[in-house]
Amino acid sequence: MYIIVAGGGKVGLGLASELLNGNNEVLVLERDPARVAQVSEELGDSVMAGDGCETSTLDDAGVARADLVAAVTGDDEDNLVICEIARSRGVARTIARINNPKNELLFKKRGIETTISATQAILAQIEQELPTHEMISLLKLHGGLELFEIKLPATSPVVGRAVREVLLPPESLIALVVDPGGSPRLPGGDTRLNGGDSLVVVTHRESLDMLREALIGSTHGLDT
Amino acid sequence: MKVMIMGCGRLGAQIAMTLDSEGHDVTVMDTSAAAFRRLREGFGGTTVIGNGMDGPALERAGIREVDAFFAVTQGDNRNYFASQMAKQVYHVSRVLCRIYDPGRERIFRELGLETFSPTSMGAHVMVEMLLGSREEAK
Repeated sequence: MYIIVAGGGKVGLGLASELLNGNNEVLVLERDPARVAQVSEELGDSVMAGDGCETSTLDDAGVARADLVAAVTGDDEDNLVICEIARSRGVARTIARINNPKNELLFKKRGIETTISATQAILAQIEQELPTHEMISLLKLHGGLELFEIKLPATSPVVGRAVREVLLPPESLIALVVDPGGSPRLPGGDTRLNGGDSLVVVTHRESLDMLREALIGSTHGLDT
Repeated sequence: MKVMIMGCGRLGAQIAMTLDSEGHDVTVMDTSAAAFRRLREGFGGTTVIGNGMDGPALERAGIREVDAFFAVTQGDNRNYFASQMAKQVYHVSRVLCRIYDPGRERIFRELGLETFSPTSMGAHVMVEMLLGSREEAK
């Protein structure tokens, strides 16, 4: 594969060395001459001085035959423009680094689906490492059923709703509501849920993800 | 008409003052308060310090109510980015964008933006001036 990496900072350099190790043809574009010299020490000829936002630089780099362009500068506006120019030159795949997570929406609106945001990546990692942070398994029952304690965060989609309005996955039931002061209530359909409440819920093990989404909400949905 | 202008350089300030004197409701945005010195005394519009690529800053400045948005900072890529925010996220009906680099300008125009390149336009006018005057001299 021929891959153009626009931006020769730490991210660009690291990415390019990995790709070179994978036997790809790689060219790093970097506009700062001092940085070009540094990158060249590590990557040899696989770096070119020039601004990846300039059509002429991308054309000199042979953008039209590139299989992929990765825009990984520290400026989101530059990364967007690099991807747009590359696509206008017929590159099928563009990847953009997003420095400010708020900008992800615009990249999506522009149809640049593959975006990489360090903030999002770290968030996803944390989520993966602490998957049941807010959900504690209390007891395994027969037939795959399990009893969980779930603490509702203030951002939960069910805060302020009555129990009957909560859309639970199949085979699930809110058995007990414990308010932040520690007083338990047996919930009825009209019982309102508040942030900080702990719920004791019976659910099927296979519905766990749906239950988490219903009661805690999506933790990576920054898009509106 | 309600108009927002991002970038209070020479061009931004000139647009702001012209539209203001014609009775339009003008908001000018710039990251530097010093830039607003380019506006003449008696300018009746609003000035906002902020970054026009930042959604919340645009919202505070009232982007949801404007009929037109000008992106006229010094940076082509910033202008492109802010224009696409105005168009695709806030659905402003007219978005006008200055792009110095003629190569980029052509691409952005093809992507559906209303762009203006002072470089292409200036070159065209100056060549006309030269050749036009030679014609007259004949």
